[in-house]
Parts: sequence; structure tokens; C-alpha cells
Amino acid sequence: MHTVVIGVIGADVHAVGNKIIEHVLKKRGFNVVNIGVLSSQEDFINAAIETDAKAILVSSLYGHGEMDCKYMKENCEEAGLGHVKLYVGGNIVVGKQDFKEVEARFKKMGFDRVYPPGADIEEAVEQLKEDLGSP
Amino acid sequence: MSVHLLVDFGSTYTKLVAVDLEKEEIVGTSRSMTTVKTDVLEGFDLALEKLDKAHPDMAEITAISACSSAAGGLKMAAIGLVEELTAEAAKRACLGAGALVNHVYSHHLAKKEIKELQQANIDIILLAGGTNGGNKECIIHNAKKLAEAKLDVPIIVAGNKDAEDEIDEILSASDTEYYIVDNVMPKLRQLNVESAKEVIRKIFITKIIEGKGIKKAEEKTGEIIMPTPEAVLQAAELLAKGHEDEEGLGELMVIDIGGATTDVHTIGRGLPKRTEVILKGLQEPFAKRTVEGDLGVRHSANALLSIVSPFGFRKYYREPDTIDEDDLDDDFFESGVKKRQEQIDYLPDSDEERAFDRALARICTDYSMSRHVGSVEVVHTPLGNMYYQTGKDLTGMKYVIGTGGVLIFNEDPKAILREVQHKSDKKLELRPTDSEPLIDEKYIMSAMGLLGQKHPKLALRLLKRHLK
Repeated sequence: MHTVVIGVIGADVHAVGNKIIEHVLKKRGFNVVNIGVLSSQEDFINAAIETDAKAILVSSLYGHGEMDCKYMKENCEEAGLGHVKLYVGGNIVVGKQDFKEVEARFKKMGFDRVYPPGADIEEAVEQLKEDLGSP
Repeated sequence: MSVHLLVDFGSTYTKLVAVDLEKEEIVGTSRSMTTVKTDVLEGFDLALEKLDKAHPDMAEITAISACSSAAGGLKMAAIGLVEELTAEAAKRACLGAGALVNHVYSHHLAKKEIKELQQANIDIILLAGGTNGGNKECIIHNAKKLAEAKLDVPIIVAGNKDAEDEIDEILSASDTEYYIVDNVMPKLRQLNVESAKEVIRKIFITKIIEGKGIKKAEEKTGEIIMPTPEAVLQAAELLAKGHEDEEGLGELMVIDIGGATTDVHTIGRGLPKRTEVILKGLQEPFAKRTVEGDLGVRHSANALLSIVSPFGFRKYYREPDTIDEDDLDDDFFESGVKKRQEQIDYLPDSDEERAFDRALARICTDYSMSRHVGSVEVVHTPLGNMYYQTGKDLTGMKYVIGTGGVLIFNEDPKAILREVQHKSDKKLELRPTDSEPLIDEKYIMSAMGLLGQKHPKLALRLLKRHLK
């Protein structure tokens, strides 16, 4: 069973989506470590180290996600987690922006998968399975 | 008629408490210097003689239980993976078992750290790392390093269970004495220290006591069943929870100010009291103990002065009228501290000296509190202010109990305990706000922790009767 860390980054307290993600991933056979809302990059990274997670899934809904995710990839590499897949999704930038550009920016920041508001979670699960391979 | 004798082999004094089991009362207490260097029984016999003399009609002693913190107490090293997670969980397990933890390591052990461990005077090593099913590479690496180091110190392995078998092979191939127990952090942020604590106590009883020259005492006292700080923690837990139909006092805190260290114990969940407060970090133990190795009124007096500076010291020193305020210069504080550091059995003999001791104890209380309680941080979010809480919220603590020589023998111990509520100017600390101070006047906390193992109800009643 693959372990994945999920949580809501920064000063963001939106808990509903976070619970849905936990529910779906558990149902689909993942070992989910949910660190909840108001989580810092450090919280994600520490959790991933101890639990030997294969992916970190970052949620953000309040518009400041881009700031909160800055240097996350670098910090992961610094902590020896360069191999861990980084996903981000939600309402991750300020205002309404062209998602293609947003995706490109986050990929440049080192995220493997980037999801727009209202993305289909089933699709994301399939991609996660594809990225992590069989356990 | 029978008397249960409770013995505490302390670092300075061997203390006795005699309890009459039928009359349900404390017959008497006595103490004498601890004599580890020659024969630990000398001090014990002397104390017993004193007790007999003071209470010639005391009934026959039918049972003896003992705890010990002599010869430096129980010293442990804690090793984990992430500093804030498994390393912290391992440290808490050690503290909860009554140990002093001066060495905490995280991630891969380096040569330098192994060397430190070889040179340090450590009784037991607790090795953790990884949640169950989580990282096992690190703990296996550390187990290998420890096996190679040939430390001649028992190792308790309390990490990722997936790594158990491999570690078992590594350690059994070396000469190391080791025990494999439940993971101290089986799931992220979940603390599970009981099985580690149990083994720590077992090793303490069978091995450590012997190495420290206290084993001999067992000829007369029977098994020494736990380190003294654990006895205090057990007494606190009993007093808080109650036993059967004998009600406890509810959430409470115990502060034990000693010559070298200050221990703080809290019994209570300490969860956030408001819905907009979100709890962060590793789970807190219900019965939590912290030890401050730099806060003490004798061996550590000098450290105290350097923590607060002579200027800061002045704020804690409420001088008696007999002393002129102009005399309170740096010299005054430095010489007062020096005297205590050099003569650790110093007893204050004037109002000024007692006020000085009180100031030292005040500093210990204030600083140990600051390090023990949780704190709150404000986060400004687009949805308004939210709050993070790390550690325990102890604002609702009902009782704060003071123990330890300096508190018990001072004429105004409650003034010292009031420092618990001292407002910090650094961060939002969740200290008790409206708690009632109680003093362990007869110095029986550790003894009641021992008695509680066999007679919990009686120990509880005596605690309730004698804490004032």
C-alpha cells in the first residue's frame, strides 16, 4: 500500500475538500496520512519523512497557494525527499487566471501534477496510481 | 497493626515515610544524608533509627517500598528520526519513565554523536524512528551504528515495526542487550509510550540500581520499584483521577523544585478550549512530565543567574524591609548564588537569605512553566483570525501542587507558586490562570506514588488530607 501525505497549506482552514480527498484515497487503497488544515511546508515534509510517503498532495482554496508553495520542491530535496511526487490542487492562485499558465508556473516550481478548481478527483486518483506504480 | 514504610533514596537525602495501614495515617517521617559512596544502607539505617526514636510506639513494619534518584538518577538518551516527531516522542517516553534526558538525536547518527554517546554516562538508550509502515531505513542505520559502537548500554527499540526483524538480527549478532517494544509513534503525531516505559522501569529495577550501588539496599527494603520522578508522577495521576469511589481532585499540576533540576508534571488533556483554536504537533501525554536541567536552587543556581541576569533577578527578589535597596547590586546576587552553588546543603539562616531562596525558586517556577505549557499563535487568514495551539492548554488547571525542599521549607511557599501565573511577555502562554496552590508540607508525594501501587485508596486519602 502506498502512503501519501495530504493537507491544506498555509493559513487556510478549508477542511471539507481535505476530508473528501482523504475519504476517496482511502477507499481506493492508499494509506492516507492527513495532516489537516493550517499546515506548513515543514509539517508536510516531516510527515512524509516519518511515514515514508511516496507523494505529497497539497490543497489550497484561499488564493494564496502560490506563495505558500514557493520553494516547496527545493525544501523537499533538502530534506531528502527529492523522489516524492508533489501534487497541488484547488483555488491555488489569486483571482481568475488562465489555468494553462498557472499549471506551467507550478510545474516550473517542481510540482508533478497541478489541478484546477473543480477538478475531477477520480481522474487525479488514476494519475496518482500511474505515477506511483504498483506498490 | 502494621506499618508500610516508604523509602526515597534521593540524590542528597534518604527520606522515609511510615504509614499505618489500619489507622490509615502517616505515623511519621524522617531523613538522613544518602550514603551511596560508602554503603547506601548507612543512611537508611540512620533515618530509620531517627524514625524509631521519634515514634517508639510505632507498629511493626510489615512492608517496605522504595524508589531512588540517587547517584544521578536514571539517565537516558533518546534517538528518533524527525526532531519534532519520533525524537520528541522518544524523549517524552524517557521523561515519563522518570529519566533525565540530556542526549536527544535525530536522523542518522553520525560518528561524532556515537562518540558522544560513548563518553556520556548513560544508563539506557531509547531508539525510535518511523511510524509503523513508514521510514525504516533510518532506524536500521542507527541500530547498526549502535551495534558497532559496543556501548554496553541496554537499548530499547521502539520504532517502526516493519524494521523490527532486521534490527533484531543486527542487535542479536552483537553483544548488545536489547528489548523490542511498541513504536512510540505508531501513527503520525500519535504518542504511545506505555510499553517503552514499562521496559525502562524493568531495566531500572534489575540493572541500573545495581550499577549505582543502591542494589544493596534491597537486602532490607525489598525491590526498588521505580525512579523517584515516576513515583511523583504516579502520585499526581492518582490524585487527579481518583480511585473507585474515592474522588480525585481533577486536572492538576505538580512542581518539584530541587537543587539541580525542576520537574513539572501535569495531569490533564490540555486540549484547546475554543473552536477556532487548532491543535498542532505531536500528541501530548495525559500525564506529562518535563525536567529542566538548568533550573535548580543549588547546583544550578549559577545557571539561573545567567538565564535572568542580575538585572532580571531583581524582579524576582522581594526583599524584606531590613535590607537597603541600594545594596541590591550585581555583587549581592552573584555572591548569593555562589554561596549556594558551592555549598549544596546550605540552609538559609536569615530573612534575607530566605528571600533569596524564594527568588531563586520563583525563577525556577516561572521558567519551568514557560517551557512546560503550550502556547497559542495567531494566524491572520482571509476568514478572520485563527489560532494554532502547540502543547497543552493548562489555563483551566484547578490545583498547582508544590513540592521539593526549597518550597516545603520556605515560610511563604505559596508566593513562589503564584509565579505559575506570571504573564509572559514573549508569547501567548497557556499557563494556569486561576489555580489553587497546595503545598506538599510533609514531603510525601513520591512516597504516596509508591504506596499507591498496593494501596491506591489509602494513598489517595492521605494525599488529599496532607496537601495544604
